[in-house]
Amino acid sequence: MAGKRNPWGGSGSGGNDGGKDGSEPEAGASGKPGSAGGSGEGLKGEGKPPRGPRNPWLPGGGSEGPADGQPPRRSASIEDLFKQRGPEGPRRSGGGGPRGPNFRMPQRPGGGSWLPLALGAVAAVWLFVSSVHFIQPREQAVVTWLGGRFSHTLNPGTNFTMPWPIHVVDVENVSEIRIERIPAGNEEKLILTADQNLVNLSYLIRWNISDLALYRFQLSDPNETLLEVGEAAMRAAVAEQDLDTVLTGEGRATIEGQVRRNMQGILDAFRAGIQVQGVEIARTDAPSQVIEAFNDVLAARQNAERNLNDARRYEQQLLAQAQGDATAFNNIYEEYRLAPEVTRRRLYYETMENVLANTDKTIVEATGVTPYLPLPELRRRAAASAAAAAAPAAPVTGGQ
Amino acid sequence: MWETHKNSLIALGVLVVALLSSVVIVPETMQGVKIRAGEPVYTINRFDPNQPFGQTGAGIYWRIPLYERIQMVDRRVLDLDMEREEVLAVDQQRLVVDAYARFRIIDPVLMVERAGTEQQLRSALLPILNSALRQELGRRTFASLLTPERGNAMTNIRDALDRQARTYGAQVLDVRIKRADLPEGTPLEAAFARMESDRQEEAETIRAGSRRDAQIIRSQAEAAAARIYADAYGKDPEFYDFYRAMQSYRRTFETGEGESSIILSPDNEYLRRFRGG
Repeated sequence: MAGKRNPWGGSGSGGNDGGKDGSEPEAGASGKPGSAGGSGEGLKGEGKPPRGPRNPWLPGGGSEGPADGQPPRRSASIEDLFKQRGPEGPRRSGGGGPRGPNFRMPQRPGGGSWLPLALGAVAAVWLFVSSVHFIQPREQAVVTWLGGRFSHTLNPGTNFTMPWPIHVVDVENVSEIRIERIPAGNEEKLILTADQNLVNLSYLIRWNISDLALYRFQLSDPNETLLEVGEAAMRAAVAEQDLDTVLTGEGRATIEGQVRRNMQGILDAFRAGIQVQGVEIARTDAPSQVIEAFNDVLAARQNAERNLNDARRYEQQLLAQAQGDATAFNNIYEEYRLAPEVTRRRLYYETMENVLANTDKTIVEATGVTPYLPLPELRRRAAASAAAAAAPAAPVTGGQ
Repeated sequence: MWETHKNSLIALGVLVVALLSSVVIVPETMQGVKIRAGEPVYTINRFDPNQPFGQTGAGIYWRIPLYERIQMVDRRVLDLDMEREEVLAVDQQRLVVDAYARFRIIDPVLMVERAGTEQQLRSALLPILNSALRQELGRRTFASLLTPERGNAMTNIRDALDRQARTYGAQVLDVRIKRADLPEGTPLEAAFARMESDRQEEAETIRAGSRRDAQIIRSQAEAAAARIYADAYGKDPEFYDFYRAMQSYRRTFETGEGESSIILSPDNEYLRRFRGG
């Protein structure tokens, strides 16, 4: 980097208007062209501020001249640039080594470091957070030494332990009743019954944790164990009942109780720390392959009921009719017995009157005369009377 | 700081690494087998049912790095889940059995020597469970597997499995058939067909029974009606004849359909007065 070749350098040559650095017979090819230029050309400058192109990256470059007695300027090297424009701004003079950020902690008024105080505060927070535990009403917590040996159980309330990691605290909701739905979705779960039929059954297990330490430390997978024990107990219980008892719900309470007792027995034998609160059969169905046949039985029951209803309706009709007829007859008969002959005549004439009033009558007087039946005329009159009957007001006439 | 404490900091780091590699924390759920130069020596926190938690051997243990190591063996009840297997019952009925066993490692040193890890122990026990199951179920009928005496079979299987498992340092706590089902395909279809015919029979029984009951109700009603009529009309059959004839005439000629023509003879009773007789 020859200074004299620098188009911006050579402040010393300012007096020489437009004079090229390169044209000067300067032999000073050293790193200080400014000093050489200043001494050689100063005679014309006479302390005037140097002119000409300035180095924009050097602060105040234009104002200093060799006459001020300051060190003569030189062109900026790349180191200069970085020295001035480092990430932290202008460096403090002669600071630490070239490596490492120049970060400095804020200082306390006394001149000491904040660091111990900050560390102390962090430690205090850590102590507080990890040694005071607010256990909620439904929860318990297991405390272990360094995650190893079991120490004790925390009950609801405010509890104090050693800070982490000396005491490791593991909180669990123990009294919440958890519900396992089996099967989880809507798929079929076919179970064999005692009469070797299959039933599609779904059930719920309600349970909670009765002893948190046992629950945590006894079984490798308590939840899976619970489900498997439940399934085994459920299948065993259903296998002792007939299909119809399972389907109708008659055996349901028996099964539920039996499953609960069996499950609790097995889980207690494992010391699982689990309390089975209840087992409920949610749904019992016939398998979907044969559900139509089962539905047909229901339909048959309905049909049967309908048949019986029809028969009973007929029975009621018939009996009511008979009773009505009989009562009518009895009533008439009572009257008839009082005056048999008169009643009989009256009934006869009334009936005949009604009957003959509405019919065509032909009376054949002379014996031995073959009566001629005017059938065509009868037909004609029949048509006429039908037309008359169509008019509601027209009295039905019988040709009288 | 770095320049002045360089050596002590490095020493501290080495110390921490050394400490971490020589300290082992055995949790309550684990037993540790100390293996010295490849040979299992003794058990830490061995399972003992009489020790309540908190008084077990769980806690901090030391080892000599590189020379000793501690293998963790589960201390809890472990599960052994059998794949679904088709088993032939003594009456040649096939059934699909899904069983599980629960076991615990009670002698970890033996287990480490004979099996290695829990997973290897499982794969060693699985065929044993399988064959014990086949052997036991092959002696029973399909129906008896559905009855409570199945518990007896389970005990036998458990004992058989337990005998074998103890040579691996494990104790079998429980064997249970989770499910015993008809295999997919023909046996299941046959069972469904049987269930279906069962139901069809039931439906037909119900229908036929209802038809019979309906018939009985009808006939009883007719009988009751006949008795009512007989009671009433029997008082005077002759008057009944007359009364019923009158009713019949009315119904026939008055309300009956169609035109009627009546040809009367003068001798007719109705026309008696007509002739002035």
